Amino acid sequence: MSLQGTSREIGDIAIVDFSGKITLGEGSSVLRKTVRELIDRGHRKILLNLADVDYIDSSGIGELVSAYTTVRGVSGEMKLLQLTRRVHDILQITRLFTVFDVQSDEEVALRSFQ
Amino acid sequence: MAPATQRIEVTLETLLESVDLAESIVMRIAEAAGFDEDDVHRIGMAVREGVINAYNYGNQHDRRKKILMTVELGPEKMVVRVLDQGKGFELTEVPDPLAEENLLRTSGRGIFLMRAFMDEFAVKHGPGGGAELILTKNLRHAVSDNGRRQRE
Repeated sequence: MSLQGTSREIGDIAIVDFSGKITLGEGSSVLRKTVRELIDRGHRKILLNLADVDYIDSSGIGELVSAYTTVRGVSGEMKLLQLTRRVHDILQITRLFTVFDVQSDEEVALRSFQ
Repeated sequence: MAPATQRIEVTLETLLESVDLAESIVMRIAEAAGFDEDDVHRIGMAVREGVINAYNYGNQHDRRKKILMTVELGPEKMVVRVLDQGKGFELTEVPDPLAEENLLRTSGRGIFLMRAFMDEFAVKHGPGGGAELILTKNLRHAVSDNGRRQRE
């Protein structure tokens, strides 16, 4: 399965529930378009729920980084929620754990936005 | 008699679809060889990154060029080679993705991930000038009570 995302809002925070794989091609493209659309609609607080994303490759990592810098570029915040073991391990070995704000609980994540 | 090394050669088109195809071929071979689930995943990911590298940087999306993938499965290890028809590259020229100044780059992690997921990683200049990535994963063996070597 490629990547699918469903957006919802809680207050001024946009949450995207992704499922599938963030990989070169369609998966990465879905992530990119989804975040871009949220920004275009004025969202500046974005939480990406990756609980159902079991696979990410270097292209997917690149898109996550790109999304993060894009949101930051409009003075927004982007956080990640509930990483699966494999995604967690990749973000850890690539030191991106020091870049992204990764949360394990949705309520705590929502409260952490400024 | 010592088990023979089996060799499988696959010629891939320079297409996005070849990335998934190469990964699934190698994962099936790795499963059949007796690698555990985590190692099958790591091998698949490493080969995926290798073919992405060949597709993006080696062959630069040129449909006229091919990617040659060779899998050698021996009693001790699996060696996957990914050869493109590009201009080759030097490993020393690849920036360190873990360096602070590179963390927010959107590309450049493929080589690092291949090294992280495989037991050995090397790059050679291919016979036609392209880059040949050589990815090696060692098979873990267990010795049974009667001393015969078996795969775990």
